[in-house]
Amino acid sequence: MPSRLFFDNLGAILTYAVVGTLWNAFTTGTALWGLQQAGFVAPRVQAGLLDFLLFGSLISAVDPVAVLAVFEEVHVNETLFIIVFGESLLNDAVTVVLYKVCNSFVEMGSANVQATDYLKGVASLFVVSLGGAAVGLVFAFLLALTTRFTKRVRIIEPLLVFLIAYAAYLTAEMASLSAILAVTMCGLGCKKYVEANISHKSRTAVKYTMKTLASCAETVIFMLLGISAVDSSKWAWDSGLVLGTLFFILFFRAIGVVLQTWMLNQFRLVPLDKIDQVVMSYGGLRGAVAFALVILLDRTKVPAKDYFVATTIVVVFFTVIVQGLTIKPLVKWLKVKRSEHHKPTLNQELHEHTFDHILAAVEDVVGHHGYHYWRDRWEQFDKKYLSQLLMRRSAYRIRDQIWDVYYRLNIRDAISFVDQGGHILSSAGLTLPSMPSRNSAAETSVTNLLRESGSGACLDLQVIDTVRSGRDREDAVMHHLLCGGLYKPRRRYKASCSRHFISEDAQERQDKEVFQQNMKRRLESFKSTKHNICFTKSKPRLRKTGRKKDGVANTEATNGKPPRDLGFQDTAAVILTMESEEEEESDSSETEKEDDEGIIFVARATSEVLQEGKVSGSLEVCPSPRIIPPSPTCAEKELPWKSGQGDLAVYVSSETTKIVPVDMQTGWNQSMSSLESLASPPCTQAPTLTCLPLHPLGAEEPQAPLHLPSDPRPSFAFPPSLAKAGRSHSESSADIPQQQELQPLMGHKDHTHLSPRTANSHWCIQFNRSGRL
Amino acid sequence: MGSRSSHAAVIPDVDTIRRETGFSQASLLRLHHRFRALDRDKKGYLSRMDLQQIGALAVNPLGDCIIDSFFPSRSQRLDFSGFVRVLAHFRPVEEESPGIRDPKQPEPLNSRMNKLRFAFQLYDLDGDGLISRQEMLQVLRLMVGVQVTEEQLESIADRTVQEADEDGDGAVSFLEFTKSLEKMNIEQKMSIRILK
Repeated sequence: MPSRLFFDNLGAILTYAVVGTLWNAFTTGTALWGLQQAGFVAPRVQAGLLDFLLFGSLISAVDPVAVLAVFEEVHVNETLFIIVFGESLLNDAVTVVLYKVCNSFVEMGSANVQATDYLKGVASLFVVSLGGAAVGLVFAFLLALTTRFTKRVRIIEPLLVFLIAYAAYLTAEMASLSAILAVTMCGLGCKKYVEANISHKSRTAVKYTMKTLASCAETVIFMLLGISAVDSSKWAWDSGLVLGTLFFILFFRAIGVVLQTWMLNQFRLVPLDKIDQVVMSYGGLRGAVAFALVILLDRTKVPAKDYFVATTIVVVFFTVIVQGLTIKPLVKWLKVKRSEHHKPTLNQELHEHTFDHILAAVEDVVGHHGYHYWRDRWEQFDKKYLSQLLMRRSAYRIRDQIWDVYYRLNIRDAISFVDQGGHILSSAGLTLPSMPSRNSAAETSVTNLLRESGSGACLDLQVIDTVRSGRDREDAVMHHLLCGGLYKPRRRYKASCSRHFISEDAQERQDKEVFQQNMKRRLESFKSTKHNICFTKSKPRLRKTGRKKDGVANTEATNGKPPRDLGFQDTAAVILTMESEEEEESDSSETEKEDDEGIIFVARATSEVLQEGKVSGSLEVCPSPRIIPPSPTCAEKELPWKSGQGDLAVYVSSETTKIVPVDMQTGWNQSMSSLESLASPPCTQAPTLTCLPLHPLGAEEPQAPLHLPSDPRPSFAFPPSLAKAGRSHSESSADIPQQQELQPLMGHKDHTHLSPRTANSHWCIQFNRSGRL
Repeated sequence: MGSRSSHAAVIPDVDTIRRETGFSQASLLRLHHRFRALDRDKKGYLSRMDLQQIGALAVNPLGDCIIDSFFPSRSQRLDFSGFVRVLAHFRPVEEESPGIRDPKQPEPLNSRMNKLRFAFQLYDLDGDGLISRQEMLQVLRLMVGVQVTEEQLESIADRTVQEADEDGDGAVSFLEFTKSLEKMNIEQKMSIRILK
């Protein structure tokens, strides 16, 4: 359900849901009573005014299931759809309250009803609806918070979503609040955070399971309806009642819609025209809720129950079958504005954002606190507090809508490009990281990565997480293709702060920032070029300039430790020893970023790949001094396959793992060959159990065994993955590929064998033994 | 309030403004009130400083751009008619049957075309009628979060221009801009109800 649309039209939806349902209930009930008084309804239907009101209340509720089923077929424009659908969702509270109130009045007997009871009825309406919504929001919060921490247990994410949503439903039911509202609010409230937190596969699982379950439930309900219709002991027929009901619900709904629309159009920006109104009134389908409510009536209190049951069955059948079938031709005939399925373009996304900002600004100029102002305020609050609390750090940092759209478009392009038989390798003319240096078809890496999700055999929890690396690689590929140009050195900072990116700083800080950004923009772009030059020149300087924190990384750079130009193992070892004292987690992220830097400089392709992933990572190091990201998250948000390393870091609690690659990069800097081989490994990622380029490690092998002492002992101190990786490294290359496959967590094979090595101080010692230190 | 009266007579050229912008009397009065409230030094016109005083604009990524758009062609003064003229772009579009309007009259300021033109001018910083990649990049920089790198920004800018550019000149003209947004409900996205 499109939540933005929902909230934009919330006023209309609430009006139709509350006022419309009340109007329908009262008018239908009264009209039927009038019909009875006039004698069209047989006297054997013993029902008084209250009974008819009760019946009116349960028959007037538009059913979300039926509406959804029908409108999905019809594809009317989104505004219309969301209004009718939203109305059907929200009128549940009204229906339930009305039903309960009327039921209790009927039970008490019309003589005993007092004025206070009416007031209580009205009050209960608010309690039920607001209470239901509150329950839903509480569970939404709970769900979002829980999914934030499910990184290691991806497999239960869909389960969590279902269970907590269902728990919201049950809790509301238990408290006699509106259960549908609870579930709706739960979904609306948590959607944004849960989507960001759970893995791609979980998202797919949830989506399709829900659809399946919903289909099943719908089918069962209507089957029950059908079966009850055949069982004649449950109902009794009265023509006057049935026909009268049918006529009245249509008639009064039409009148109600017209009246409300007229009123709403005074306030709406885009008025609802006549055709919309026709569709709205015709699309008011009744469904299972009405049937369930009527079955629940107590025959002793409501003697006319059987007649009501029959009427309800007929009404439901009529609306669903007749109205449902004819609405599509009607829509076509009336030329209702249909929903347009256009491909999402970056332009639209970008301009939507622009317009939002413009409107908010103009509202500020005019001094009016309008809808956009409050929306803005809400978004600010959300970004500042809620998102930080409820979203996983990695997701929080890289979240940006414009970038998301671009990303998705890129992937789509990449897929279509490859599907058309394009050979990435030949066309781009670059040694893409995804391509191992041997000849493999372009599709192997690209499409295999894309289809890895199909290889369902892997049950390893960690593997599921690394899906993104494939896409990141596609992104890198597409980046090359699209840019088509020279790789530009990455600048380490971002020129501006969007209003919505608020870190833990105070608002004033950011205000000042934005102010300064506005003034200093030109100056900064100037600085950026200077930075780039710095980067290209030397890594140590890079480290220095990059680091805003007093991380150990800096010290390591400047400490005069053995220069990086030594074999990477040595430097790795060195850093390792140094780092092992460090508990500063941020270091790892720093080094990892440095790692990125190094990789960037080494080879275009590699750096591209790594750079793409490590968006936030490098940005964290950007000049804005206040940002001190906790390292595991940095690690996470860096390349997906590095997220495995992030986990490593957590296990090991010495970020040395990150450091190693950096040093490796420096090593690479010196020699083109190692550069090549090292370039490839970064691309390999865990999920590609199927086709892991074996060679990357192979290429490194010559170097590794040379420097490494042969004993892998310390590795056993590590988590098995690390151990294996370590072992793999010290062993012959034959093992490596195998190890690669066993180490989905260590997406980057390169890092795999490096990190475990370096992760352990024991290792360090052994490296030291190799003598270069 | 005191000796000040917000009577329409106080507003200079009220009739011309009304005709041009289509605001109702009440809206004009309200805007005039706001104009005077913003004009702290009672100069009779607004300077950039006055608009920058609005706190909320400072945290709006496009705040400065908006302020610039109020001031036409580098002049440093904004009088009431200019103020209102810009705001008129955001009036909601009335549903009028197209046949009635006098074709010789200029389009009302809040027509779809004019709204788009306003947005276009916001992007087109140098006023040459084309949004170049650089200009797109600049606007993107303003609006996109810090976590997106320069590299990515450039790719996004490239792609945006590519999507909209039809004649391949590497820049987006006004017509191309309009075309790329034809599916978007501009009337809704660029209207403020209060300005009816």
